[in-house]
Amino acid sequence: MDTIGVQDFLIVSVLLFSVGFLGVVLRRNLLLVLMSLELMLNAVNVALVAFSRHSANMDGSLFVFFIMTVAAAEVSVGLALLVALYKKRQSVFSEHLTMLKN
Amino acid sequence: MNLSLVDFLFYVFSAISVGGGLAVILSRNPVTAAMFMILSLVGVASLFVLLEAFFLAVLQVLVYAGAVMVLFLFIIMLMDVGPDSGKGAKLSKKRILSGFIALLGVGLLTVLTLEYSGVATVATDSADHWQDVTEETSAAGANIVFSKSVKSFGYGLFTKYMLPLQVAGFLLLAAMVGVIVLSKKTDDVDAHNKADGPSPGTTNPQSEEA
Repeated sequence: MDTIGVQDFLIVSVLLFSVGFLGVVLRRNLLLVLMSLELMLNAVNVALVAFSRHSANMDGSLFVFFIMTVAAAEVSVGLALLVALYKKRQSVFSEHLTMLKN
Repeated sequence: MNLSLVDFLFYVFSAISVGGGLAVILSRNPVTAAMFMILSLVGVASLFVLLEAFFLAVLQVLVYAGAVMVLFLFIIMLMDVGPDSGKGAKLSKKRILSGFIALLGVGLLTVLTLEYSGVATVATDSADHWQDVTEETSAAGANIVFSKSVKSFGYGLFTKYMLPLQVAGFLLLAAMVGVIVLSKKTDDVDAHNKADGPSPGTTNPQSEEA
């Protein structure tokens, strides 16, 4: 770890977060939106572990553990909601979700 | 430029994770997107290995690539979504605008990080202000020193982070119950058919919860 420092990991984290953010904003398939949310959570995990390693503090790594737990719970509930939606509308595209319009 | 092995591996793994992420949001077929997502998650796990967080790397592969993505693939194949046809609101004004704003936000985030990522190195030059960890100090909320071993994870989780651990467990329980309720068969039509069907005396246990 001579030349690669916390900045480089931060840049990778920002790039991953940006990719996930673009996916959330631009994609219409809700499955891919959920995947992009996972990408963003992963980017935050990278930044947390990098800071934790850099400052020799265990708290960041322990927080990653909790983020993983929350992400797993979120994905399972989100996919269950998506399946329930698909049963009702036969579609997972966000432009078809107009049940509240009329 | 002296490129050591660790630097080389860092570039390879970050390229794998970011490139996999790009492939996720660019691929038309959800199944290929899920495959690239697994690639990206493994890349992130390798970055964890480079950061010497071995337990988190194993956890990443087990939980994300093992459990979460299998769930994703299962749902994708269950729904039979098929590739994104690309028709519909492909280039509406709203989409262009939202993409533009997203790019602006991404650019702002990148610039801010490049600008301020040097600040982090200043604050933690001296590592001697971390006090020694004894049982009393860590239970009282003092800092736990970074360590590679799984033992320190368990120690931190069961002393300083006891309450969040319990909350996380309860969250998982709530998520499990929620998923069971959501994915349970809620055939309102069938329930009604049964209610005025041939056996009116039997009560339907599902109709109470519906």
